[in-house]
Formats: sequence, C-alpha cells, structure tokens
Amino acid sequence: MNIDLTRRGFFGLAGAGAAATTLGALGFGAAEAAEAVNVRAFKLTSMTETRNICTYCSVACGIILYSKGDLAASETAELIHVEGDADHPTNRGTLCPKGSALKGFVRSETRATKPRYRAPGGTEWQDITWDAAFDKIARALKDDRDANFIAKNDQGQVVNRWLTAGFLAASGGSNETGWLTYKTVRSMGILPFDNQARV
Amino acid sequence: MTNAWTDIRNTDLVIVMGGNAAEAHPCGFKWVTVAKAERGAKLIVVDPRYTRTASVSDYYAPIRPGSDIAFLMGVIRWCIENGKVQWDYVKNYTNAAFLVRDGFGWADGLFNGYDAEKRAFDMTEWDYQIGEGGFAKTDPTLTDPRCVWNLLKAHVEVYTPEFVTNVTGTPKDRYLKICELIGECSAPDKVMTSLYALGWTQHSKGAQNIRGMAMLQLILGNIGLAGGGVNALRGHSNIQGLTDIGLLSNMLPGYMTLPKDSETDYPTYMSTRGNAPLRPGQTSYWQNTPKFFVSFMKSMWGDAATADNDWAYDYLPKLDVPYYDILRTFDMMAEGKVNLYFAQGFNPLLSFPNRGKVTAALSKLKMLVVMDPLTTETAHFWEHHGIHNDVDSAAIQTEVLQLPTTCFAEEDGATVNSGRWLQWHWKGATPPGEAKPDTFIMANIFRRVQDLYRAEGGAFPDPILNLTWDYADPMEPTPEELAKEMNGRALATVYDPKDATKVIAEAGQQVPNFAALRDDGSTMSGCWIYAGSWTEAGNMMARRDNSDPGGMGTYLNWTFAWPANRRILYNRASTDLSGKPWDPSRKLIEWTGEKWEGFDVPDISPTAKPEEVMPFIMTNEGVGKLFSRKGLKDGPFPTHMEPFESPIANPLNPGLRGNPAARVFKGDLEQMAATGDPDFPCVATSYRLTEHFHYWTKHDKVNAALQPQFFVEISEELAAEKGIARGGWVRVWSRRGEVWAKAVVTKRIRPLTCDGKTVHVVGIPLHWGFMGAARKGFGPNSLTPFVGDANIDTPEFKAFLVNIEPASGEGMA
Amino acid sequence: MTDRAPQPTTAAANPPVQPLASNLLPSDVVRASAMPHITAPDRQLTKVAKLIDVSKCIGCKACQSACAEWNDTSPEIGENVGLYENPADLSSEMFTLMRYAEYENPATNELEWLIRKEGCMHCEDPGCLRACPAPGAIVQYSNGIVDFIHENCIGCGYCVTGCPFDVPRISPVKHVSTKCTLCSDRVAMGQGPACAKACPTQAITFGTKEAMIAHAEERIEDLKSRGYENAGLYDPQGVGGTHVMYVLHHADQPSLYSGLPDDPQIAPIVEDWKGPAKKVGLAAIGLAAVGAALHGIFARPLKVEPEDEEDAEGLVEAAERRAREDRA
Repeated sequence: MNIDLTRRGFFGLAGAGAAATTLGALGFGAAEAAEAVNVRAFKLTSMTETRNICTYCSVACGIILYSKGDLAASETAELIHVEGDADHPTNRGTLCPKGSALKGFVRSETRATKPRYRAPGGTEWQDITWDAAFDKIARALKDDRDANFIAKNDQGQVVNRWLTAGFLAASGGSNETGWLTYKTVRSMGILPFDNQARV
Repeated sequence: MTNAWTDIRNTDLVIVMGGNAAEAHPCGFKWVTVAKAERGAKLIVVDPRYTRTASVSDYYAPIRPGSDIAFLMGVIRWCIENGKVQWDYVKNYTNAAFLVRDGFGWADGLFNGYDAEKRAFDMTEWDYQIGEGGFAKTDPTLTDPRCVWNLLKAHVEVYTPEFVTNVTGTPKDRYLKICELIGECSAPDKVMTSLYALGWTQHSKGAQNIRGMAMLQLILGNIGLAGGGVNALRGHSNIQGLTDIGLLSNMLPGYMTLPKDSETDYPTYMSTRGNAPLRPGQTSYWQNTPKFFVSFMKSMWGDAATADNDWAYDYLPKLDVPYYDILRTFDMMAEGKVNLYFAQGFNPLLSFPNRGKVTAALSKLKMLVVMDPLTTETAHFWEHHGIHNDVDSAAIQTEVLQLPTTCFAEEDGATVNSGRWLQWHWKGATPPGEAKPDTFIMANIFRRVQDLYRAEGGAFPDPILNLTWDYADPMEPTPEELAKEMNGRALATVYDPKDATKVIAEAGQQVPNFAALRDDGSTMSGCWIYAGSWTEAGNMMARRDNSDPGGMGTYLNWTFAWPANRRILYNRASTDLSGKPWDPSRKLIEWTGEKWEGFDVPDISPTAKPEEVMPFIMTNEGVGKLFSRKGLKDGPFPTHMEPFESPIANPLNPGLRGNPAARVFKGDLEQMAATGDPDFPCVATSYRLTEHFHYWTKHDKVNAALQPQFFVEISEELAAEKGIARGGWVRVWSRRGEVWAKAVVTKRIRPLTCDGKTVHVVGIPLHWGFMGAARKGFGPNSLTPFVGDANIDTPEFKAFLVNIEPASGEGMA
Repeated sequence: MTDRAPQPTTAAANPPVQPLASNLLPSDVVRASAMPHITAPDRQLTKVAKLIDVSKCIGCKACQSACAEWNDTSPEIGENVGLYENPADLSSEMFTLMRYAEYENPATNELEWLIRKEGCMHCEDPGCLRACPAPGAIVQYSNGIVDFIHENCIGCGYCVTGCPFDVPRISPVKHVSTKCTLCSDRVAMGQGPACAKACPTQAITFGTKEAMIAHAEERIEDLKSRGYENAGLYDPQGVGGTHVMYVLHHADQPSLYSGLPDDPQIAPIVEDWKGPAKKVGLAAIGLAAVGAALHGIFARPLKVEPEDEEDAEGLVEAAERRAREDRA
C-alpha cells in the first residue's frame, strides 16, 4: 500500500479537479467526493421550511420546521429537523433543551397513532374506528346528560347545569381548538371544566 | 405577565422568587442575561434550592418553602421604615389614601369576620368608607389612621427582620442585603422586575404570595414601567390562551364570569358587573361588560340570542359553588358522582395531588376519553405497571377511549405567550397514523350529540341545537374560521357613537377592535380581548415585522398582543402625573399636551388628560390596590400562613393550620401530617427540571437521555444524618403515599433553622411516569396533599411533609 | 450553478435550504494526520472560534440536545448516579456534556455552581491529529476546525491519548473515533454550530476568533465589575490556543471547572510519534482490523510487516497506559 500516493491524491491539494479524479479512482463518484472525505452533507438542503411556535412553555419561541415534502403542495411531509427562528424577537434563534429536541417529540415512538378502546375490566386495548368511537362517546354523553341534567335547583331557580360529566382542556392546544372546545362544553352545560392553569 | 419577555432587558434588578426562570423558561431568561450584560442589571434569587437560576445570580438567599409572605411583608416593612418608597407613585397611583371602614381589622393571624365552621371570612368590612356620589373617601395627606397606607404600616409592623428570618430560615444578613438591593428600585429611574411561576401559585395561599409582590412593586413605583411589572411566567404554550378564552369552570371568555344560581336573570347578573367608578372621572373599563357579554352570547347562539330572551341567558349553566375546579371534580369523582370524563392533552394521573385518590377516582368513572398526541399514563391508568402503577385491571370497570390527536407541528393556529402575544403557527408535518386534529374530534362528537338531540329530544336541547356552527365543513372547522369568530364581526352596520355618519364596520365585516362591540346585538365576538386579532386587514397574529423603532423591545408589528396590541399593561403609570416618563431613557409613552403617544399602545384613552384619569383603568378606583377591597377570600393584605403540612406552628397564631379560608374536603385533612409531626420531619417541594417539559419530553429520547431517571435532591447534612449515599436509592413517603428515587446529594440545599428547629428540605422533580422513553419512575403527586389555594384552588405542591430513608433498591426497604 | 455559501460570522442566523456549494473544501485543509507533506492551501479562511461564557451558562443542556439532534446521535438513556451530568460521560453519541461543580468560594463564603460545557477544544496544535496514525483521519482546516474523517479512521484510540482534554471517544459500534466537529457541515454552509445557535442565554457564541476575543474582553470587564477579580479568557497557549474558548470567573483556577486543565500540553508520548508515524499507521491499521472498511477507500489490500506490528504494539500499549493515568 502506497500511503504517500494516497495521501496526495486524497486531498487533491493541487486542485479540485485532481482530487475528484483520484477519488474517483478510489471508488467515489466525483460529485460526492468532496463531502465524503470532508464535511457531512448539509442535511437541510431542499427541505421545506415552515414557521411554527414551540409547543412547550409560554416563552413561545419561534421555530422553523424543516420537512421532507411540502404540505402546501399536497405532499406528505416528514419532519427532519427543528431549529430556532433567528428572526423571532423573543428567542432570536435560540432554543432550550426541550425545544432543541422537538423533532423527537413529534416523531416519538410512543405517539398515539390510532383510536383504541379498553373495555370495563379489560387488560388489553382493542382497535376501534373513529366512527365507532364517536358514536360510543356521543351516546354516552346524550344518555348521561338526559339522566343527570339539572334544570332547576332546590329553590326552583333555573340553573341548567350538568355535573356528572367533566372536561379537562389542553393548554398545549391552540386558541382555535380551545374555542371550539369551549363552545361544545359550555353549550352542553358541563361545569366541571378546567385546564392546566392550576397545575 | 404585565410586561413582555423582550422587555426584561430594560430592567435594573431582577428578582426571581417563587420560580426558577432559567430552568423553566431558558429562552425568556435570555433577556435577564442581556439586562445583566448590557445594563449592568443585577439578579437576586430567593429559593429553597440553589437552582440553575441561582448559579448566574448576583445574590442568592435560601427560604423555607411556604414562607414567602413573611419575606415579602418584611421587605415592605423595611422599605417603609427606610424611606424606600416612590412617593409620587404611591400617592397618585395607588389606593394608599383611601379610607377603610372601621370594622376592618387584624389580630392573631386573622382578619376580622372569620367563621371557623364555614372556613370563611365575612368581607363586609373589607371596604372603603363611601362618601358623596358613591365615591370612596380619601385622605391625600395620609394622616388619617384609617387610610390604607397607615393600615398597611400597622399590618407589616410584626414582620421585623427577626420575625422574618425566624419563619423563613433565611440568614439575616442575606435577607437585609436583599432588602437593600430592592429598596434601591424605589428611585423613579430605577426599576425592578419580578419573575415568578408555580413556586408562588402552588400554595394554599398562592394568590397572597403574588399580591405581596404586587404591593411591593406598587410601593417601589415599578408597575407599568419598562423593565418592571409583576411577571407570571406561565407554564404551557397556550395556558394564557385557554385562560383568556375561559376554559375554566366559572369563566366566560375575556375574564367575564359565569353567573351563579342567585343571578336568575341578565339584569341581576349585570348589576354586580357594572363596576361604577369609585373615584370621580375614572375609567373603570369593566363598565363596558354588557357589550362584551352580549357579543359573546351572539357568537355562541346567533339569532337565538335576542334582547327578548336576555341574550339566551338561560343557556348558560349557573354555578352553585364558586367553581368546579380539578380538586372538587376529582373529589366528586372519588365519591362516584362523575360518570364521563375527558382528558384533552392532559395527564391528571401524574398532574393532580394525592395520586392514590386520583386513581381511585378515575376507577369510578363509567367512561374516560383521552385525546392526546402521546400515549399517556392517564390513558393507561387501568394497566398494571409493577410498583409504578400497581392496580388490579380486572377490578377497574371504566371504559377508556384513547383518541390520537395531531400536535403543534401538524396543525395551524395561534397560541398566546406569557406576554399575551397571539402568535400564529403553520403546520409542517403529516400526522402519524390516524391521528386527527382536536377540532375534528370535538366537531364529530358535538355534531353526533346534536343529531341525537334533534332525533330524540331530551334534556334542555336548546343550547345544543342552537349553537352557532356555520363552518364550511361542519365536521372540521378550520383554524381560520374559528379565529375570525373569536375576533368577532358586525352583524349590522356599526356606527361611531360620536359621529352617526361614520361607519366603523359594515354588516359582515370583522370588527377592528373591542371598542366596536355593542350591547344591542349588532356585533358578535367570541372573546372580546381578542378583537383586533383578525380584522378586515387580515390575520394580525401572523404578522412578522420584527422592527423595534423605539428600541424598547415592544415589537408592535410582530403578531398581535391583547388587549389592543398593547405590550406593557398599565403603561400610563410609566409617566409621572403630568405625563412625562419617570425615566426619559426608557420612554414607553408620554403626553404630548393633546394625546398619549409613544412606542407602545397607551393603556388609557388616547386623549384622557393625565392629571384627571389615573392609570389603572380596569379597577373601579383608577389606581393600584395596596388594600384589596373584597378581592381575595383570605384577606385584604397578605398575612403569614403556614402550609397545611408544616414543621412549625404559625407564630402569629399557633392554633391556625394552613390557610384558614382554604377549602378542605372530607377525609383529606385526616390524610395530612400534623404540625411538627415527628414521623414526617422534612419539608418537601416539587419542581420541574430544565431538561424536561412536564410529562411530555420523557417520550423524547434526547430529553430522556439528558435526565433519564427520577431522583430527589437533599443536603449533605440530611444525607449524613440518614446514611444516604449519593446516587443510592431512597424511599420517600408522606401520609398519602411512597416513592423510590435516586438520591442527588448536594451543597445546593442546606438545612434551615426555623423557629429554633432544623428544617431539612427534600426536592422532588416531577417528570417521570410509566410511559415513554425515560426510565419508569414516580412523581411527587404520589405524596402531595389534596388541598388548594383559598382563592383559586391551585394545589399545594410546593410545601408538604415527608420522611426519607435509604433503600437497597427500587421498591425495597 | 449554485452559489457558494458565505463564510460564517455568527450562529444567530437561519440555515439555508437552497442548494449552496460548500465553503469548507478539501483544499482548505492545512494539516492531516499521518500526512506531513500537505501543499499549502491557496486561500486562508478567517479563523473561527466558539466562545463559551460560563458566567452566562445556565447549565440547561440545550447544547447537548441541539448537538444530538443536529448530528443525529442517540445518547444513551442511562441512570441517575447522583449528579446532574447525563449522559454520565462524553460518548460517540454525545459530543458535548455539561459538567457541574459545586464550589464554596473561600474568599466570599458563597456557594458557586460552576457549570462548564465540555467538548472538543479545536486546538490550534491538535494533539489528536499529531497522535493519529491513520492518514487523513484527522484534518485541520485553515479556519481552525479540527475534524475527524470517519472513512479514514481505524479506531485505534491514539487520538484519545493525544488529546490533552480527554475528548475523543471510540464508537463501540462503528469502531471509529468521534467528537465535536464544530458542526463543520454547518460552517461549510455559512452557519455557526448547532449548540451556539441553540444556547438560550447566548453563553455560547460563535464568530471569528478575533471577534470572540473582543467579546470575551467585554464579558470579563463585566465580571470584574461584579467582584470576579480573576475573570479571564481560557485560550491555552500550551496547545497553540484553541478555537473553543471559555470565559471563566476564576481564570486563575481552570481546574475548578470539573477538571479543566490548568495548562494543557500535548503528551510527550505523542511528540515521540512524529518520526515513526508511517510505520505506526500501518501497524495500527492492522491491529484495529478494520481493513475491510478501508478497502473501499484504499484500493489495494493492506500489508503489514511483522516488525511494524511489533513496534506499533509497544507504542499503543504505552499510549493506553498514559491515557489511563491521565484519566485517573
């Protein structure tokens, strides 16, 4: 083995063309030669950028989602990387240890991915379709509301409340989710209603 | 937050007490480091533990968990005694001069009017002396012994440095040094900011902790100023938004409240919410409540809400108790009084106190529906996971549905940060598997229930059948449709009240701001404080101009802040009585002679004359309240109260236990350790670590690697006393449960001396459970007491009693 | 034709997604392991540096998180051993690590929690590169970045011995040496390292070495005004200065910061390797038995003479002994 020769050729210090030639002889295609022997390929090239806001704390750092595929073009988008948005006035591109690892949350192996049902006394989950799940929930709500709705209190005052159903709303969700949830819960008269403000 | 994250850079002194900003909000804390580097600002940390915030502080002092009121009242006493008072501010912008009724008083740790059986005070006397025209009497000379200032002076008299340090365990020299540093910020051109979080709220007297700081900031003249304020660093990304929209048992959107049983009709309801000003010429902005309320009812029920039916007033449920918070609900659930329960992006099995009670309660439900992007412990509460979830699945009869939802990366929408900025975000990833947006799920559930009522009739179907649901796809309303609905629009042409020829909004147009809302049914708005967020000019929350012409960090063209795009609340108080900035180098707004102008949206009517209209426009008084008139259930001033579980008796009244006005359910007091209980000699406090976000990031392998395993932190002294080795296993137990953890033995926690006793602190972080990528573990909620704050029932997670011993392994003695 | 990426000047920028030509080229290499005769490059890149201001560091581990994310490593989900350090040590899956030291300052009687981000210092005179027997496995660019070229690495571990900071770690899976690259892939695209971009308090900054020294001076002045009389810059000259520097409150005692060397030097054993480098290189290649992987790069089969192997074994043993002593 002639290390000296390899050494010279490897780095191609005479010029890029020479390097490519030598590297080609060593089994590299000319195009990838520089990267293969030098820095890692830049993984964000040709990714779709999307502006988002970190889902964790209330600093609400600006983030950029880098995805393979463009949702706007009706493609499937796979999240490849998340980085702080340098244009954001609050975080100026920085992110904390949680924000820096957001991709791992989005792509966690323990994401819930399909509706599941656990029967009374059961030890296992069963798969259930969305429609069947919705039907079951709606029936349970209707029956319980009809059975337990309080239209008037003991003094005969109109109170129109329902206390045997309760709802915890997600403080990690958007305003819009919150508003639709609010409308739904309030219109049914459910009073046990809370969010993470206390915990 | 009264101010914004980016405003922290304008401060001279940061006090982090009741929080741990560097760890919980690292990127917001950046602005503390900027203030230090660029302005020479100083950072004080007061915390039971020497935290990572303390590691970059200029001055640190330890404090016993649950003794903050004594500390704060002591600082107020010190400031008054040493003349560290911003007098022009106090005299003009606070209620210092207001005269209080003769019946108000305090003795032996209690205010007047206490009823031990009801655990409540009669607040009648906690009020001003009312004179002519229904206005409060005042004594601008502050000589009347019944003026708020003199009552405050008398109230804080007991909080001598000796009393304070005896109760808090803070070394006296450190306490006094901090008093001095704080006192410097009484100068009109020196400003302190307070950054706090759950370290102040999660106590049985959480609201009074915060009032203590608010009062101090009023005395120093620091509210409304750039670099000042009282800044609640909120937890979740949209906890501010969900609170704004009112997803709480007793709230309507925009901080209006739900009626109670006795408010049987709309006029009765509005009679206590009219908020007539208590001083002449003051704004008392809540006088506009009818406009916001009617616009809300129109947004909910459209044409079914009319003047004739009191805007569908009966459609709203009425409250027979102050609220159905989580503690009350889970207490009801434990008694078998709740059948159906929904946990949307929420993990109560790990979040709520006394996990044994939580498990028992969930086991009594007929149906639990969990909507979450992650597979949570709550969804699996029925599943046996060794000692980490030791349940008998067969005995649990609860039906459980786990519905997979999208997460932030997979949906559009707005979240509201701690500084009240509504920031729009865009989706950039395809949801995994069959995960669906919460909006799809809520719509599908609601529409099916609606269909059932339409087909079958049933209990009071009207509010369900008439709920406005005019979305293009009724099964999946879009974020854009929902955001526009919250902003609100004109239902008929809205004219300028001062000029009837001037149209403010044509029928069908989005309203430009909340001043356009009407109480005659001609406007609708889901959440009045969000009016202006999506106008005819488009989505204001999506704005991305990060220029900052004033250099004050206000960024008025970046997204949208409520109210009215204002970035610093009470900013009128950043100027003196004549309208000149206290510190011209930190000008936010000023009075030009004709109007208010500056780098922020003035928090006052643009033409309100400075000597006439006072800055605190949301209060009836027009000024900030050193004395809280019937505001808080546990007193107009904060008074020292011990936690429900405490190593020492309350020195003001040894017979008092915890907060005398806090609600306690049957059976829970019996599950608490006695005062000074020798079986539970250590004070425990729970907290978050910077490497994790609640119970979410343990599903993330990187974060799981950064803090893989449950641990507790103790001092070297306690470790030596108990024979605990660094990195060894320990068992920690309270009257309610036990956990096993690894021991982090540190110099950063030191034993304190309180009331002559050595008090050890055990720190218990809360990020572990039995799902996800991190190691299985426990959380503090296996140990914490089931009791909350007297005013809002935030659970007392920050101060309770435990014992600790070395263990040979997890689950072993 | 794509544009060439700019030179990096700061970490506070958003990465490009459009294709750009790399600005860190093979021709920018100024030194390579076991290859003493490298032609001088035709241009000199501006020297860059990462400055870590420990006085602004909050120990949040955002740098660790951002590092793992950017480099697609999978740090071990280990145990808590009674400390905040996690993972417990640098590894081939964790190129940087926060180290925490509790220090009771005898001068002030105050407790200080000295937190330091550990990782490759990118020495101007890199001991790892000098020690490395594998041709082209370690290179230094004219901007100061020291990078490991895994394709050329034989996993022998000499670089570990050569490093005065005990930084490189051999991957037990891939059998190659690993460490912080100063995000050479990002620098090549005009970006700063991922850790510096993420750092919430901007305790980690990145730019030209000149600018970083100037920034450090401002910080040192601020620290002195707060009573840290011995505040100073850590840019150790024993290794020719470094392209990762620290602002320390106690620059007179670097070892307070979890054993940061007070005066790092390249181990004498490494100096000894200069002469027989070629021989050692060949031998170590044989020892490491990763010939198969190298066949793709070096076209011909490897041949090692028995005496080469013997010599090399002796040197490897000495190096390992030395490394063990250093770590102890």
